[in-house]
Amino acid sequence: MSAPAVTAADVRVTRSRRSPLWPALGAVVVIAVLAYLPYLVYAGTTSLLVNFFILLIMASMWNLLAGYAGLVSVGQQAFIGMGSYLVLIVALHGTDPFIGLPVAALGCAVLGLIVWWLLSRLRSGYFAIATWVIASICYLVVIRFASLGGGTGEPLPGLPAISNTLLNAYTYWVALAVAVIVLISLYAILRGRLGLVLTAVRDDETGARSVGAQVSRAQLLVFVLAAAGCGAAGGLEIISQPFVQPTAAFSVQWTAEMIFACLIGGIGTIEGPILGTIVFFALQQWLASYGTWYFIVLGAVAIAVAIWAPRGLWGLVSERLHIRLFPVGYWVWPAGQAAGPGWARLRRPRPDAAARR
Amino acid sequence: MTWVNAIIQGILLGGLYALFACGLSLMFGVMKVINLAHGDLAILAGYLAVGVIAVTHIPTVWSFLIVVPLFAALGYLAQRTLIQASLNRGVLTTLLVTFGLSVVIENALQQFTSANSRTLGIGSLISKSLHLGSQITIAYLDLVIFGVAVVVLLGLQYFLSSSRQGRLIRAVADDREAAQLAGADYRHVFGIAAAIAFATVALAGIAYGMYTSFTPTSGTTALLLLFAFEAVVIGGLGSLWGTLVGGILLGVVQQLGAQIGSNDQILAGQLLFLLILLIRPQGITTSRRTA
Repeated sequence: MSAPAVTAADVRVTRSRRSPLWPALGAVVVIAVLAYLPYLVYAGTTSLLVNFFILLIMASMWNLLAGYAGLVSVGQQAFIGMGSYLVLIVALHGTDPFIGLPVAALGCAVLGLIVWWLLSRLRSGYFAIATWVIASICYLVVIRFASLGGGTGEPLPGLPAISNTLLNAYTYWVALAVAVIVLISLYAILRGRLGLVLTAVRDDETGARSVGAQVSRAQLLVFVLAAAGCGAAGGLEIISQPFVQPTAAFSVQWTAEMIFACLIGGIGTIEGPILGTIVFFALQQWLASYGTWYFIVLGAVAIAVAIWAPRGLWGLVSERLHIRLFPVGYWVWPAGQAAGPGWARLRRPRPDAAARR
Repeated sequence: MTWVNAIIQGILLGGLYALFACGLSLMFGVMKVINLAHGDLAILAGYLAVGVIAVTHIPTVWSFLIVVPLFAALGYLAQRTLIQASLNRGVLTTLLVTFGLSVVIENALQQFTSANSRTLGIGSLISKSLHLGSQITIAYLDLVIFGVAVVVLLGLQYFLSSSRQGRLIRAVADDREAAQLAGADYRHVFGIAAAIAFATVALAGIAYGMYTSFTPTSGTTALLLLFAFEAVVIGGLGSLWGTLVGGILLGVVQQLGAQIGSNDQILAGQLLFLLILLIRPQGITTSRRTA
């Protein structure tokens, strides 16, 4: 077997099979349209979309945890609740609640660091339930503070004194901005070194460890990032309400929603949770009047998807069409094969670029 | 004297927690499955008992004679179908599937029963109690539940260590491939283990229903899964005897916390769990580091 040696210069390595130009342009158009939306639609629609963005952020964060770092958390409501309460605390001290959002994200990141220090010694299933215990502790501690409304909750003070329509639009824009920031950072992270480690962990944790990937450091980073993201989502939640009720803020329902959105769309891709959140929301609007039946069906669908179609809806789409809206891997073109349109002036591939999907 | 009373009540409550925990412990020990629907299954058993009593008019205490075998069968079925299918996909899938199951059970109970709280009335037994001095009162019901818990946990420990079927279960848990080579059908053994686990969940659910009132969402809101889990971790993974000790310790700390303030009962237990996690993650009864 003496096949002609293929050197690094012969193969082309690109980020995706097709030009990333169109998805990028599409993303810009979608964001522009979404940003202009408050001028076109009623406040009811934008409020709904705020909830959509909150769920999108949460689902993306949960996907990062479970889909990439292999960490199943059923206690992300800890960070959602704490995010809400951090915004409330900031507002009670006379600062604009919107300024409380970065505080919520940062505070939850710190909390995430502490929680990780406590729980990192637990494996899979035990880790999952222990995160729930943490959420329960956060709830029990928060309701002890009468100044934060105790067990009954508290309205959010200090929102800008502007008309409701304008406030709705502001909230909408901020939620959109947070969602876009979260998705762009996620994309950047997964394209970088950390992303490489995470993808290796996702595909084979033992293998990743054996080639020297710093798995626990990557997991720590992901857990803290997810805590920050969920904190921001919780902050958005209290601003959009605008009040907080502790049992709702720390409800495991949040985690159920993010898991379902993630599962239906497809775990382990950036696109999955986006598609999943859209589907989840459409179903919710359509079936909300059926109450508990909606959750029975959703739970059953989630079980079925987890067992029989673990790559979710997006997995079905991308398998057939080879589409990746957020290409985080590399595509290797064999020597002599021309790259697709849009790749006319191709950069020289990096010699060390590993082939991965 | 109130403190002594709190400790006694805590020990008795701990028996109930240990009863909840032993199914969780068994399923993790044998199949490496963490059943996130554990608490909801217990509540389902409670409702099943309500239904059985309504149909057959048997005394509440004997409802377990029907519910427990039913649950054992359900456990075997669930293991051979859903849980085995998810096991083949990996640990992540078992967590997702049992979480989905938990949501389905909770909402189905809400759909088909009412949201009102139920209780398994046991007539005159509930009010009878043992008086030790003027301060200490021990309800017979609590004593019975504690006795059942001790018998179930120690009996299960004996079953696993001494009977043929128990040895088979431990062999499959220790090394599935080797057990298979020796002719064991691990799927069937898993099914048996799940049947036992579900049977203990049913017992725990019925005991809980006699102990206090429950609603369709009690599995989540009463934190049954968390208490069971904490008992397992505090006692040490993989030891049923440890689970009993863990449950009792959790119950005692909760009751002592309740002496400080009514809101502190659960928090005290959770903090004990965190403390154990920090200083002795292998649990208090196991010497090897397994967690």
